[in-house]
Amino acid sequence: MAKTDLDRGRHKLNQRSDPRQSFDSGSFAGAGLACVRGDRLLFRGLGFVVKPGDALVLTGPNGSGKSSLLRLMAGLLAPAAGHLTWAGRPVEANREAQRGRVRWLGHLDAVKPTLTVRETLALHGRLHGAGADPAAALDDALGALGIGALADTPGRQLSAGQRRRVALARLLVAPAPLWLLDEPTVGLDDAGFAAFGAVAAAHRAAGGAIVAATHSDLGLGDARRLTLADFAPSAAELEAAA
Amino acid sequence: MSAFVAVLARDLRLGLRHGADLAMVVIFFVLAALLFPFGVGPEANLLARIAAGVVWVTALLAAMLSLDRLFHADYEDGSLDQLALSPAPLAVIVLAKATAHWLTTGLPLIAVAPALGLMLRLDPAGFAPLLLAMLVGTPCLSLFGAIGAALTLGARRGGALVALVVLPLVLPVLIFGVGAVEAEVTGLGAQPHLLVLGALLAAALPLAPLAAALALRQALESA
Repeated sequence: MAKTDLDRGRHKLNQRSDPRQSFDSGSFAGAGLACVRGDRLLFRGLGFVVKPGDALVLTGPNGSGKSSLLRLMAGLLAPAAGHLTWAGRPVEANREAQRGRVRWLGHLDAVKPTLTVRETLALHGRLHGAGADPAAALDDALGALGIGALADTPGRQLSAGQRRRVALARLLVAPAPLWLLDEPTVGLDDAGFAAFGAVAAAHRAAGGAIVAATHSDLGLGDARRLTLADFAPSAAELEAAA
Repeated sequence: MSAFVAVLARDLRLGLRHGADLAMVVIFFVLAALLFPFGVGPEANLLARIAAGVVWVTALLAAMLSLDRLFHADYEDGSLDQLALSPAPLAVIVLAKATAHWLTTGLPLIAVAPALGLMLRLDPAGFAPLLLAMLVGTPCLSLFGAIGAALTLGARRGGALVALVVLPLVLPVLIFGVGAVEAEVTGLGAQPHLLVLGALLAAALPLAPLAAALALRQALESA
């Protein structure tokens, strides 16, 4: 059952990567970014560029600021220094437009125990603008992640891996050019991992970009790496700040 | 507008599926009001004099009980991040959540208030102004409550803290809510008090969601 769902999903995704449906997106860049959590400086002088079709993988030890950098890119966190730009324009200029370009997958799945998978995804589609045919987009997303059979299952009956698949399906319900993913494959089995690889590849083929924080190999192929340890403040700097 | 409807429908659905939480608020309201005849004695005159105050104070406390789940569950499971990243202004989402809160707590409280009024020997002339005042006043509780719930998000023991933040804010609602009933019973007319409550609601409707949205952004920064 899950297998056929997956195959059907792949087929749909191939249709979606039709270049006519590709994103008309600019490149997303940051320069001189610094982040302070509590009274600790996590990184400074961090810069990056993500072009359409790119994948950028954030690596670094626990507590090096991977999740914080993702929150910063999403606009959930304001940088202590530096700025973010989209197609050369600062993102603060139009926050609402920026939120429309970003899809977020945090380390929490945001799946309610009493809402069914379909209800969870439908709400997301309505909030983010699910295009012309929301019901079809929803079915495509369920198929792509191999959870079509779970559409009417309430969140409390899902396993951790299934909840992760629902969270990933959210990325497809309302398409947007930039995906920000925090440990996207955590809890996924092999089929789930393969499904993630397929949707990520289709997203990039359509001109979308991905930034993912991870400790494991995501199978993103030619992804570029950004090592946060390179931007950690030196002991001397921390002492000077204190 | 569609974001408002979507969030309102979601929160109503969640509220109804967690029916026990909803029932708890109403049961607390009834039980707390029931304590007063036992505490001060069953003398009809005394009860009639304090009836409006008792109904209002216990409604206030019952509403406080339900406030900590206004944003907290969404904050804990990551839903709030998703809501905050939707293109709709966060204030609109807050307004939808406060509306859902009022429909699932304020409205049931209003529905059982007449029964409590009867039990507490409220003057027959006092029922209409009590219900009218609650109809205008309880939305204020949900709106001011949203500010408190947003401000205390992420704090330990947030529930108790919400009450500490919100109760001073809603004192005017209590004063004019009780005042409306007393004025009507003593023959002065409830209208001025109801108008003040209406003014409070008119001010809170646009301002409270903005303030709560700011507080939510702050809470998400430190998440």
